[in-house]
Amino acid sequence: MPLIEAHNVTIRIPTEDGVIYAANSISFSVEAGEVFGIAGESGSGKSVLMQAITGLLPGAEITGEVLFQGQDLLKMSQKELQDLRGSHIGMVFQDPLSSLHPYFTIGSQITEMIHTHRKISAEEARALTVDMLEKVGIEDAESRFDDYPHQFSGGMRQRVMIAMALVLHPPLIIADEPTTALDVTVQVQIMDLLDEMRRTFGTTVIMITHDLGLLANIADHAMVMYAGTRLEIGATESLFSNPAHPYTLGLLKSSPSSQETGGKSLEPIQGNPPSLLDRPRACIFAERCPQVQNQCRSARPPLQKYDDGAEALCHFSAHDTQAMTVDTGLQKSASKRPIVVDVQDVRLTFHAKSMFGKKRSTEVLKGINLQIHKGETFGLVGESGCGKSTLARVIAGLIPASAGEVTLDGVPILSVTGQRWRQMRRHVQLVFQDPVGSLNPRRRIGAIIGDPFRIHDVAHGAEQKKKVQELMEMVGLNPEHYNRFPSEFSGGQRQRIGIARALALKPSLIIFDEPVSALDVSIQAQILNLMQELQRDLNLTYLFISHDLSVVRHVCDKIAVMDAGQIVELNQSDKLFAEPTHPFTRKLLDAIQDPPPLQESSARKLVETEPAAAVFDGAVMEASL
Amino acid sequence: MTQINETKPVETNASKASEKVVQRSSFALTMRRILKDPALLTAVVFIVILSLIAIFSPLVAYWTGHDPNAQFRETGMSPFGLPVGPNGEFLLGADQLGRDVLVRLAYGARISLAVGVLAAFASAVIGITIGMISGFFGGWVDVVLGRVMDLVMSVPFLLCALALVSVFGPSLTLSIGVIVFFSWTTMGRVIRAETASLTKREFIEASRSLGASPLSILLRDILPNLSVPIIVYTTMMIPSSIVFEATLSFLGLGITPPTASWGGMLADAGANSVYLVAWWLVVFPGLALLMSTLAFNILGDGLRDALDPKGRRIKPRKKKGNTLFGWLAKGKASEGGTHQ
Repeated sequence: MPLIEAHNVTIRIPTEDGVIYAANSISFSVEAGEVFGIAGESGSGKSVLMQAITGLLPGAEITGEVLFQGQDLLKMSQKELQDLRGSHIGMVFQDPLSSLHPYFTIGSQITEMIHTHRKISAEEARALTVDMLEKVGIEDAESRFDDYPHQFSGGMRQRVMIAMALVLHPPLIIADEPTTALDVTVQVQIMDLLDEMRRTFGTTVIMITHDLGLLANIADHAMVMYAGTRLEIGATESLFSNPAHPYTLGLLKSSPSSQETGGKSLEPIQGNPPSLLDRPRACIFAERCPQVQNQCRSARPPLQKYDDGAEALCHFSAHDTQAMTVDTGLQKSASKRPIVVDVQDVRLTFHAKSMFGKKRSTEVLKGINLQIHKGETFGLVGESGCGKSTLARVIAGLIPASAGEVTLDGVPILSVTGQRWRQMRRHVQLVFQDPVGSLNPRRRIGAIIGDPFRIHDVAHGAEQKKKVQELMEMVGLNPEHYNRFPSEFSGGQRQRIGIARALALKPSLIIFDEPVSALDVSIQAQILNLMQELQRDLNLTYLFISHDLSVVRHVCDKIAVMDAGQIVELNQSDKLFAEPTHPFTRKLLDAIQDPPPLQESSARKLVETEPAAAVFDGAVMEASL
Repeated sequence: MTQINETKPVETNASKASEKVVQRSSFALTMRRILKDPALLTAVVFIVILSLIAIFSPLVAYWTGHDPNAQFRETGMSPFGLPVGPNGEFLLGADQLGRDVLVRLAYGARISLAVGVLAAFASAVIGITIGMISGFFGGWVDVVLGRVMDLVMSVPFLLCALALVSVFGPSLTLSIGVIVFFSWTTMGRVIRAETASLTKREFIEASRSLGASPLSILLRDILPNLSVPIIVYTTMMIPSSIVFEATLSFLGLGITPPTASWGGMLADAGANSVYLVAWWLVVFPGLALLMSTLAFNILGDGLRDALDPKGRRIKPRKKKGNTLFGWLAKGKASEGGTHQ
């Protein structure tokens, strides 16, 4: 008997803008002791679904039923749900910093939860907590019991969260993107811990993530959601090696794999996710589907059931549409090209002065040397806090270095001041990580992209507009949207705006600071392809900063691995992946989680096709009863 | 360029979708919220009427036939020399000198609104300038300007006003000057904090990396993003300026008699304990003062809510026979932002 079973769960959230169709007739069941994964891009409704199930979504209209140990969660009173949360359903959230209370010790936060659900003495609760903290790998748990959350690192905090979720041995744990905020190497530790805990206590885990590689390696069953609709469900292995829905196939093909070498362009899913304010009609994925037929736009797709238990919501079965693997021909003999950037022994030390006590200084960069040649993509990889973004800002001239010199096109840039500094700004441009934060929300796109022309007095009026529209066309934006505000664009389009602005002055070097880490996989592939095309057409030089090794390998010719302010390894990307020499590089490479490779032929058979009416209207009928 | 052509459908798809789902512009959304807020609408109506009365106060004088400073000792006062209460001729009664309270209120509204609006705008301009400079440049500039704000805030308002008036003599310009001097700090602090947090945003860094000058960043990047706090706090400063002015006039430090002002009228009513026999001398100016301050405060509050960029949840639609959401109806629905 399944531990938790959902039937036709439909969630509507009324807002000022209209009703958000957050989940449409979702059904799934999870057997006791397994890991069930929910995958999907942002806004696909995966978190909302879990919040609705646990009663954490006030103000929503929820229909359907969710049976947990035989009881319908959706029919429970708030009090009953409150008793259930914590004791029977544990939760681990994405950001361990904001989900722990900064003013209370971690021990008191865990024992508080024990006391809520059980009548036991303070000593017993403390003993239970210490025991659990030890089990999740907190060393010296007895004394760390009285520490505050800020005294723990990110990974340790997530361990504390897991201990909190597990301390009452709930049969079910819901983990909502538990490792997204953590570094790759820590991510592996946390996933191992979750897996170990599941084996030790027999806990069932529902894992929500956007990371397909991660899911493929840990989940037994998985479901893929898109715009509030369950498109595919099945055993993880067959789901990823042999997807039945074109969307799953598209997602897998747009994720760069660390197994493949660069030089090939990815196959992105075209377009953007639909608005959830739209009442779902026909096939929700039809607008972006590569194998779309007329039928898809007019009729709701049937539920196709396969002999291996997989189910997909599609008129057809997934097949590879003619693979358009374009060899971008970026294999360069880099060493013969002129050097664009030369970084010589750059050091940066921050001094913290306080009125009392000694001066403290923190060394952020400890002697960095690197050269970037014309037309190449230089990757800078490292975990958070290793100084890679700081180095980028030093190279861009935004932060003065304490020692060393950066030479750009033969001109030393660290020593220039005033007017020369402003002139130098033409030659280095930055593309930022956050496509929302890096565009002024109160200015129009035309003004934002035209800013470099205005500041450097290059073009005005009609000429500026013409140049801006050329740039917009170049990065795949509609030039007619010249007068729109950034909020009217999606994340991927905003990143295109950022790239257009960086291209405006034809800089010698463009620094990309985690340009795709805030984007969904399908959009990420579009941006990475755009970057490669622009480089090929305009012979641009890139410095690419990322924490994601698969992405870096996909786009970069040369990779430098940074750790604690130093470059520990620098090599051609293929060589770096084939023969890593430094232990830190090896650790990073080991932490990569790839989905299993796609299989060419399908061994599964279609056993049943449930017509659309039963799937969708069933929920409506139930709701009206 | 083949790839670029292929990425074009992105746009067409997006524009198609936006045709179906109407994305409201921020202006339309703000208007919708304003129209749904009855308190805000009432306040706006009141302010409009008050402004009309203030602008057309000579018409009020013409209609009643009473000049604001003319004393009607025959009709406005009883044989014992006491003012008459509200009647057919003096709708809101007459004061201790036999002047028409209604006409004087209308003329007083001119002073109150003029002082309120002028002082609020002047202090907003000073507060915005100093706040933005302080927040943007930080460091010692911030320290100095911050201490200046602290200093201004710690000067006792009434003592200072008394001292100034005794030196220069009471006048309208002096009142406005004193009010502005004591109220720009509120705006200054709010703008300083907002600017400091905006300065850390990536789009400012983007502008800096393009080589934009500090002035260009302040005017083009930061100022437009401050529009909401500026609108809200300027509106909120109007009522406090009105009260400041009334306080000064009440103490005889503001508008010189016989010019009508609300604070002065209240002071007159208190002067010889006339209010013991003539309640209308206190109630009507007091009400006028109270209502206009309240209206401006509600306006400021309502604007803050209406201009809030965050989308808000609304209550779930009621469904027949659906007891499941019974607990939701108990005010829970208003909690929290969108869980997306």
